[in-house]
Amino acid sequence: MNGIHDMGGMQDMGPVRPEKNEPVFHAPWEGRIFALGMAIDGPWTYAEWRYQQELIPPSDYLRMSYYERRVTSLPQLLVKAGLVTPAEVESGRPAAASTVTRRVLKAHEVAPMLAAGWPSSRNIPATARFHAGQRVRARNINPVGHTRLPRYARGKLGTIMRDHGVFVFPHTDGHELGEMPQHVYSVRFDARELWGSAASQSDSVYVDLWDDHLEPA
Amino acid sequence: MAATRAVFPARTGGAVTTRRDLMTGAVAVAGAALAPQPANAQEHDQDHSHQALPSDLALRVKALESLLVAKGLVDPAALDALVDAYEHKIGPRNGARVVARAWVDAAYRQRLLANANAAIAELGYGGGEGDHMVVVANTPKVHNLVVCTLCSCYPWPVLGLPPVWYKSFAYRSRAVIDPRGVLREFGLELAADVEVRVWDSTAELRYLVLPERPPGTDHLAESELAALITRDAMIGVARVAARGEGGRA
Repeated sequence: MNGIHDMGGMQDMGPVRPEKNEPVFHAPWEGRIFALGMAIDGPWTYAEWRYQQELIPPSDYLRMSYYERRVTSLPQLLVKAGLVTPAEVESGRPAAASTVTRRVLKAHEVAPMLAAGWPSSRNIPATARFHAGQRVRARNINPVGHTRLPRYARGKLGTIMRDHGVFVFPHTDGHELGEMPQHVYSVRFDARELWGSAASQSDSVYVDLWDDHLEPA
Repeated sequence: MAATRAVFPARTGGAVTTRRDLMTGAVAVAGAALAPQPANAQEHDQDHSHQALPSDLALRVKALESLLVAKGLVDPAALDALVDAYEHKIGPRNGARVVARAWVDAAYRQRLLANANAAIAELGYGGGEGDHMVVVANTPKVHNLVVCTLCSCYPWPVLGLPPVWYKSFAYRSRAVIDPRGVLREFGLELAADVEVRVWDSTAELRYLVLPERPPGTDHLAESELAALITRDAMIGVARVAARGEGGRA
C-alpha cells in the first residue's frame, strides 16, 4: 500500500531531534502496551502485525506516537482474531460468556522466548532467481496490501550484493496467503539512481528485497 | 487486497495536521508523555480536540491490560518481566561489548563480519529482532548508516529498543535521501570522498555498525573501550570519541 508509513525520500518532516539520556519508555503505559503486544499469543503473523499499523489513517498516523499506534492496532488485531470484542475493549471487562483460551506466557518464560527469537528464515530449498553481482531492477508494483518494497526503490536499477537466504514473503504472509518463502537479497542502489544527479556520486542505499520484488535488468 | 480500514469507528474525524505539528511531532511526543499536559496544550485543545492526552492513553492501556488479564490471555508478571528485560537487561551495552571485542580481537572481528549471529552469540547475545544480524564496518573511506524507512526495525539484542528519534518521521524519511544532512544534524560532517552507505531495514535482516576505533586508545582495556562506544555510533550517526563525549546513550 502506498501509505504514509512508506516515508523514505520525503523531505518536509523537519530536523531529527535526539533526546539526551532518553529513557526506554517515557511513561509506564508505553512499557505496558509494548509488553502486551509481546506477551499475547495472537494468531497473527509478523506481517499482519505490521500491516495493521499501516492501516492507521495517515492523518492519525502522523499525529500519533509510536506507542500510541500500538494502542490503536493491538485491540484491532485482537478483535480480528476473535480474542476480544469491541464492546469488551470499550468497557475493559470481559463479556459474561467469554471463553477464549490461548497459551499464556509466564514470567519465567520471557527470557527464553526473547532468546529464541522469531526467525523468519526458512530452511527449505528455493531456487534463487538472482546472484551476487547481477544487475536488477526493482519492479514497479503498487500493491494495495502489505509490501516491504519501498516506493523510492520501485523501477530503479540496482546490483545484487549478497544473497541472504530464504525468508517468509510478507506480501503473502500478511494476508493469510501463506509464507511463500523465497530468497532475500541485499540490493545496492546508487544514490544518483534513486535521487538524481544532485546526489553524491559515491553514496548508495542498500535495500533488502525478495525475489518477487526484482526483475533482471 | 481489500483491507478493513479499522475495526473500530475512528476516534477522530477529519483530522487536520498542521505543518508545525509535523515539524515538532517527534519531540512533542516525548515531552507529552512525560508531562500531564503538553506545553502547547492550549493550542492542541483548539486545533486538535482529538489529540489523545497521555492520561487518556494510560487509561486505555490499563483497561486493555485488565481485560486481557481477566480473560486469562496474559499474565501481568510476564508483562513486568518484559518491561524489565528491555529497561535493564537488553540495551546498547551489549552492542558495545561486541564492538570492543572486535576492536581488540582481529579474528573475532573477522567472524563478526562473516557471520554476525554466531559471533554475537559468542558473547551471549541474540534472539528476537536480532534473528538475522549483519554487521557493517566503518573505515576511513566508508561510513554506514542504519534506518528503517517503513517502520522501526532495529537490532534489539545488541541495542535494545530504538530511541524516539530513530522512529521519528524526520529520520525515517530523510536518512535515505539526505544522509549527509542528517549526519550533520548529529554533528558529524563527512568529507566528500567518504562513501556513505545507508542500510534500509526492509526485511528481517538487522544491522549493526562497527564504528572505527578512535586513535589514542591503544592503552585501553576491552572494558574501557566498551565504555566509550555509544548507541549512536552503532547506528551510524556518530563516531566514537576517545573520551566519552556528548553523554548520549
